[in-house]
Formats: sequence, structure tokens, C-alpha cells
Amino acid sequence: MNSTNGNHVLETEDLNVWYGDFHALRDVHLRVGRRKVTALIGPSGCGKSTLLRCFNRMNDLVPTARVEGRIQFNDEDLNADYIDPTDIRARIGMVFQKPNPFPKSIYDNVAFGLRINGYTGSVDEAVERSLQRAALWDEVKDRLNKSAHTLSGGQQQRLCIARALAVEPEVILMDEPASALDPIATLAIEELIRELARDVTIVIVTHNMQQAARVSDETAFLMVDENRTGYMVEHGETNQMFTEPKDERTEAYITGRFS
Amino acid sequence: MVQAQAIFRRRKELRKALGSTVYVVFLAAVLVSVLGLVVLLVDIITGGLPWLSTKLILNYPSRHPEQAGLWPTLIGTLWLMGLTAAFSVPVGVGAAVYLEEYAPKNRLTALIEINISNLAGVPSVVYGLLGAALFVQWLALDRSVLAGALTMSLLILPIVILASRESIRAVPRTYREAAFALGATDWQVVKGVVLPAALPGILTGVILGMSRAIGEAAPMLVISGLLFVTFIPTSPMDKFTVLPLQIFNWVSRPQEDFQGLAAAGIVLLLVVLLSMNAVAVFIRNRYQVRSDE
Repeated sequence: MNSTNGNHVLETEDLNVWYGDFHALRDVHLRVGRRKVTALIGPSGCGKSTLLRCFNRMNDLVPTARVEGRIQFNDEDLNADYIDPTDIRARIGMVFQKPNPFPKSIYDNVAFGLRINGYTGSVDEAVERSLQRAALWDEVKDRLNKSAHTLSGGQQQRLCIARALAVEPEVILMDEPASALDPIATLAIEELIRELARDVTIVIVTHNMQQAARVSDETAFLMVDENRTGYMVEHGETNQMFTEPKDERTEAYITGRFS
Repeated sequence: MVQAQAIFRRRKELRKALGSTVYVVFLAAVLVSVLGLVVLLVDIITGGLPWLSTKLILNYPSRHPEQAGLWPTLIGTLWLMGLTAAFSVPVGVGAAVYLEEYAPKNRLTALIEINISNLAGVPSVVYGLLGAALFVQWLALDRSVLAGALTMSLLILPIVILASRESIRAVPRTYREAAFALGATDWQVVKGVVLPAALPGILTGVILGMSRAIGEAAPMLVISGLLFVTFIPTSPMDKFTVLPLQIFNWVSRPQEDFQGLAAAGIVLLLVVLLSMNAVAVFIRNRYQVRSDE
């Protein structure tokens, strides 16, 4: 890695987000470790998803959104004028809360990102490789031409992960990826996240404390103030956050005294 | 349990009676419309059947009922439908894509949207007059099948646009987000995700529009006039006539035989209409099967 900030893929500085007049997120300083799993936790409306969507410029799609402050992605300023958000999104993938495969075949779902980004290698091989990395290949290899909607919810979410992996992103953002899944499918996703963290950086938003504790290396805790503006309370190693948090609000949240 | 029974007046008999009454009313509503259609079809088919023959299809129009045929009219209708589809589908779908995917949500867009909805309700003869002024005279296209098709396109554009917009809007936002999150550009999202998912609904709109166009007599009366066409249109600049006009012509003649011919013409019109729709339904179903299976 030829990055000046070495161990950090993403780093925010004084990050503020507005939707129209509504101040959604204020003064976030967060560093995301390379090939680590970073969990974003906090009560509803604290801006976890907003923060996540800053990292792949998805907020650009919201006409009223305004992002201020600096986000460093490796050596680049993510919000610089010369940066094309479509380039960023090819390098920082995203998996959504509800599995959202396209109404296309399993194969075409994975191949979509390859095709739109002008992949020059063998699409067949890349599709197989991505499905294997997402631990889905064995279940679907005989029915790649079937619609993705014939898969179960958990399989669909792993397909979405394979679709994101196909374009070889450095980072994958996951917005509550298991909240619509049953416990067994959830476990499969969690195992997959640990596996993927060997070579990609993962930022995951989750409502589930146990999940954050199980899958993440680092945890950031966000809260929401009386103006409904989100802010970050604390960020640290997941073990430390869950055993001896520095801030009493973190402790109160983690132990379930409020939510 | 005892308390619950005391505070509710469930009136189960009354509710059930209401339910079955409503059922009968709605069933009657269906029967009335179906019955109307059946009576119409039986009347036309019994009147037209004796006149249905290859002669009707392959002959040219004639003053003698036993010689009269629809060949140039049929070809004129196919020309008109083909050209109308060629203009109205790309323009209509393009307008719908622009309004749903690109247009800023402001007053001007809202005004345009209201106007398009209103245009769907404008009487068709008004389109005929517009076409006569705009295409026949101003663009000097004369009374050609091209002028007719352009007029017909204007007539059905609102239908195609409205149906396409509905169906584009029904494509879940999550599909668009997923495509954007993979690095797709606006156009790649539209082409790769939105249009394929919206295609069945768009085709339904096209079917509706084309079905409207094939039966319209009024605007074509203004454009082509009541021509006695004795030749087959071979280019978009040729004069033409269409089935509804020929039928109108025959119906207005005093001789009994022409009434039968008109009925047979209507049967033929229905056949053309249904086969056109069958093709569209076939394409639509093929797409739906592929995405659901």
C-alpha cells in the first residue's frame, strides 16, 4: 500500500451533513482501519447510514444533501471536484439493508458491475470467482440463468455481496445487511464478513449489539442530540468498547439501558 | 370473554348480508359489460360472416358489393400502425424516462405533467385538425400516410407517456441504488436496470395506444379525407386510407349489402387489433417469465 496514512483507508475530519435545513450529522472524526471490520452502532436516527453513504458519495443522489468537511480515501480527498463519484462507487462497494438483487438472472446480477465498468477479462471467470468469495457458488452453480428472485433471502444477500465483490472494491459498506434475515442466514453473512475482511475493508451499520461484537474489529458509537443531529461519541477497539467503554453513554447503550 | 360480548354489537347477520349484496351488485356490473360486448360481437359477426372471404381481403374497393374488398385499406392500416409505432414508442418512452429520471422536480415539470395528462382527454378530431394544419399544410406532407402517422402519434403519445411513467416509477428505488453503488452512470442505470424492469408496463401502454390508434376514424377523416383508394401505398408519402374510414364509408351507403360488408370489415379490424395485441402480450410475458422464474 502506497498510502500516506498507511493503516487507514478512510478518514473523516469535521464531517457535517445536512439534508436541506436539517443538520443530520455533525463533526465526525472517524478513521477506518485497512482490512478491518468497523461497526457503526447507535440508536435510530443517529446518522449511521448517513455517515456510511458519505463514503461512496451516495448522498450525491439526494438533491437536498450537503456534505462538508474532509473525507480522505487513501491519498485522495473523496469530495474533491475532480473526483467522479462513479469511480468512487466502483472502488467502495455497498450492500443494502434489504437484499436488492436486480430482476435478472443470478449470472447477470454479478456480471452487471463488470459490464458497466468495462471489465476486459473473462466475465464467466469473474462471476464464478465472486460467487465463490461470497460463499454462494456451490448453491447456485447449476442455475446461474435462473432469476435471482428464486433465491432465499439469505442467498439473495450473499448474491448482493458477490455483485459488489465482482468489481474488486477496496472497501465494502454494509447497511444493516442482516436485519431482514433469519438467524441462520444472519450467521452465514457474519461468517462471510469475517472471511472477506482478510482482503477488503468493511464498514457495517448494525442495530444488533451482539452482531457488532461478533463481527467487528473496531466500533464507533453514534448518538443523536436534542436537535436530532447525529454525532460520534466514541470509537475504539470493539473489545474495549464492549468491556470498558470510556464514555458512560456508550456503556448505557451497550448494556441496553436505552435504545 | 363475557365482558367482550357485552360491549360489542357484532351484528354478524347484517354484515354477512351486506357482504353478499355487494357481491351480487359487483357481479352484475361485470355481467352488464360482458353482455354488452357479447351482443355487439354476435351482431357484427352474424352480419359480417357471409361477407368474410378472401375476396374481401384481397380485392380493391368497388361500387359493386360482391366485388368490393379491403386490400389497399388493410395495407394502409398496416403502414399507419407501423409508422405510428416507430414514432410514438421512442418519443413516448424517451419523454417518460426524461420526466421520471432526469427532470428536476419543479413547477415547470409539474405543469408539463398536468398538460400531458390533459392531452390524453382531448377529442381525437382536434388532433386531426392539428395534424392537417401542422403536417399536411405547414410541413407540406400532403395527405400522406406519413402525415397520418405523425398525427396518430401525437394522439397516442399521452397514453404511451403516462403508462411508461407509471411503470418506470414502479421500479423500486433499491434497484437504482444498487446500480449506482456499483459505479453506474445515469444512463447505465436507466438502460441496464430501469427500462428492463419497466418493460412490461411500457408495452401495456403501447398496446393501449396502438389499439386506440387503429380504431380512430375522426382524425384520419381530416387527414386523408374519404378517399376512394384504388392503389396500395408503397412509400410514406403515398395517399392512404384505413379500415375505420372504409367501414364508415360502407356504413353510410344506402344498399343493404354494404352494411354486411361493413360488419365484415369490423371483424377484420378486430382480427388485426387482436393479433397486434397478441404480439405485444407475447413479448411482455416472455420478459415477465424471465424475471420471475
